[in-house]
Amino acid sequence: MDFKNEQGPISPTPVNSKATILNAVPIRHYGRWIATVFLLLVAMVMVKSLLTNPRFRWGIVGEYIISDPILDGLRLTLILTVVAQFLGILIGIILAIMRLSSNRVLARAAWIYIWFFRGTPLLVQLIFWYNISALYPEIAIGIPFGPTFWQGNANELITPFAVAILGLALNEGAYMAEIVRGGIAGIDKGQSESAKALGMTHMQTLRRVILPQAVKVIIPPTGNQTILMLKTTSLVSVLALADLLYTAQTIYARTFETMPLLLVASLWYLGITSVLTFGQFFLERHFTEGNQQRISFTQRIAGRVSTRKSSSQQGEAGKVNNDD
Amino acid sequence: MIEPALRVEGVRKSYGHVEVLKGIDMQVKPGEVACLVGPSGSGKSTFLRCINHLEKINSGRLYVHGELVGYQEKKGRLYELTDREVCQKRAEIGMVFQSFNLFQHMSVLENIIEAPTRVLKISKEEAIIHARELLELVGLSGREDSLPKQLSGGQQQRVAITRALAMRPKLMLFDEPTSALDPELVGEVLAAMQDLANSGMTMIVVTHEMGFARKVADTVAFMDAGLIVESGPPDEVLDNPQQERTKSFFSKVL
Ligand SMILES: Nc1ncnc2c1ncn2[C@@H]1O[C@H](COP(=O)(O)OP(=O)(O)OP(=O)(O)O)[C@@H](O)[C@H]1O
Ligand SMILES: [Mg+2]
Repeated sequence: MDFKNEQGPISPTPVNSKATILNAVPIRHYGRWIATVFLLLVAMVMVKSLLTNPRFRWGIVGEYIISDPILDGLRLTLILTVVAQFLGILIGIILAIMRLSSNRVLARAAWIYIWFFRGTPLLVQLIFWYNISALYPEIAIGIPFGPTFWQGNANELITPFAVAILGLALNEGAYMAEIVRGGIAGIDKGQSESAKALGMTHMQTLRRVILPQAVKVIIPPTGNQTILMLKTTSLVSVLALADLLYTAQTIYARTFETMPLLLVASLWYLGITSVLTFGQFFLERHFTEGNQQRISFTQRIAGRVSTRKSSSQQGEAGKVNNDD
Repeated sequence: MIEPALRVEGVRKSYGHVEVLKGIDMQVKPGEVACLVGPSGSGKSTFLRCINHLEKINSGRLYVHGELVGYQEKKGRLYELTDREVCQKRAEIGMVFQSFNLFQHMSVLENIIEAPTRVLKISKEEAIIHARELLELVGLSGREDSLPKQLSGGQQQRVAITRALAMRPKLMLFDEPTSALDPELVGEVLAAMQDLANSGMTMIVVTHEMGFARKVADTVAFMDAGLIVESGPPDEVLDNPQQERTKSFFSKVL
C-alpha cells in the first residue's frame, strides 16, 4: 500500500515548491458511495410511506399514546422491569458467589440453577409458575420434615403479578449470575490474596475488595439486560397481566385498530429503551473514568477545577519524590 | 529460652500428587531477619503462604510466636480453627507481595486504613493518624489521596509495606518485593525494608537481592526442591557454601 501511494497518486515533485502540503488524491470509496445512496433511497421510501400511508392512522396513535389505560400498562411494565431486574441482580450476585465458592455443594447447586433457567424458555417458566397450584395446592413455611409455621392456598398466593415477578426475576438471576461471575473472575487473584493476608474474612474481601472492582465490568452488560428485561416483560401478557403490550392488545381486540396500537406500544418501548441507553452511557462513564480519577459526578459537572487541583497535587508529590 | 517468632518443624505441602515442600525445619528469633533464597519453583512462595495459612500444610508443625498456625492442639489432636480465628491470626502477620496487590479502587489512605478499621476495629480517626505517621516514614507523605495506578512501582510497594505495617504485625513476610520493579526503583523499597529491620521487626524475606541479604539478614536459608539445603549467617552461606547445590546456585547468581 505504502509503495503504491508513493509511486501512484502522490506526485513525486511538489506542485507548489513553497508548500509542503501533500497534494494527494484521496482513495475513492465507490462501494461506500453506492451503499450510501442506496440507504438514502430506502430511508426516503420509508419516511414517505410512514407519512403518507393513511393506514398507519397516526391520528389514532396520537389519541391513545397518552390515554389512561396505556399509561397504566406502561406503569406496570416499568414496575415489572425495575423490580424483576433488581431481584435478578441480587439472585445473580448470590449465585455467582455460590458458584465461586470452594464448597462443592454450593457451587454445583448454583450451576444446576443456571443450567435449568437458561435451558428452558421463559415463556414456559411463566406458564409453569402460573399453574404451580396444580403441583402444590398448598404452600407452607416451616422446617422440612418438622413443624409448619404458616400455610396458605397456592392459588391465592400466586397472583399473576407475583408469577410475573417470580418468573422474570428467577430467569434473570441465571443470566446475571454469569455476568457477575465473569466480573469477579476478571479481578486479579492478588487482590483477594492481599485482602486475606490482611486478615479480612471471605465476606469482607468480597464486599469491600472484589465486588466494588467487579462492578466496572458488570455494569455495561447489566444495562443491556435491563433493556432486554423491559421488552421481555411483554411476555407476561400470557398471564393476562395488563402491561403495556397486553393493554394495547385488549384495546385493538375491541376496536380492530391493530396497527396504530402496536405503534403506540412500540413507541413507548423505544422511548424507554432510549432513556435507559442514555442512563447506561452515563453509568458506564461514571464507573470507568470516575474510578480512575476519583472525581465524583457533581465535581465533574462542576468542570475543570478538580482536574487542575489533581494535577497540581501530582506536581507536589513529584517534588516529594525527588527529595527522598 | 525465649519463644522463637517462627518455629517450623517438618512441614510438608503437596498440590495434588506433587510435593512442593518436603519437610522444612526453620527457626527465626524475634527481631531477626531471615532471607530465603533459591531457584524458581523451589517452594519459597509456597512456604511463605503456609506461614500465614494462605495454604494449608499437609504435615508437620508451624508455630508463630508459640502458637500453632491454623489449628488448635488439644490432647494430641489437631482441630481446625474457624475462618474468623484464622483471620485474627493472619492479621498479626504482615505480607508483602511481588505484585504489590494494592486495592485498585481505593486511594492510598483507604488502602492503609481498610484492614485496621474493619479487622482490628480501630476508629477511623486513629487509623488515619497512624497511617500518616507510617507514610511519612516511607517518604510518601502527601500521596494519601492518590490511586495505586498513579504511583510508580516503587511507591506502590512502599504503600503495600505501609498497609501491612498499619496492622502492627509481629512478623512480616516479603515475597520477592523488588522483583517486579524497574532497577532504579529497587533501592527505595530495599531502603524502607532496611529501616524496618533496624526498627526491630522480625522479617522473612524471599529475595534475589544478595546485597540486601548480606547487609540486613541475620540468617540466609537456601532452598531447593522443597527443602532448606543450607542455612546460616550470610557470610557463611553466601561466601562459603558447604553444599554442592548451594555452590552451583550462587556461582550463577552472584
Ligand atoms: N496452587 C498451586 N497448584 C499447583 N501447583 C502449585 C501451586 N502453587 C505453586 N505450585 C507449584 O509449586 C512449586 C513451587 O512453587 P513456588 O511458587 O512456591 O516456587 P518459588 O520458589 O516461589 O518460585 P519463584 O521463584 O518462581 O517464585 C512450583 O513447581 C509450582 O508449579
Ligand atoms: Mg515465588
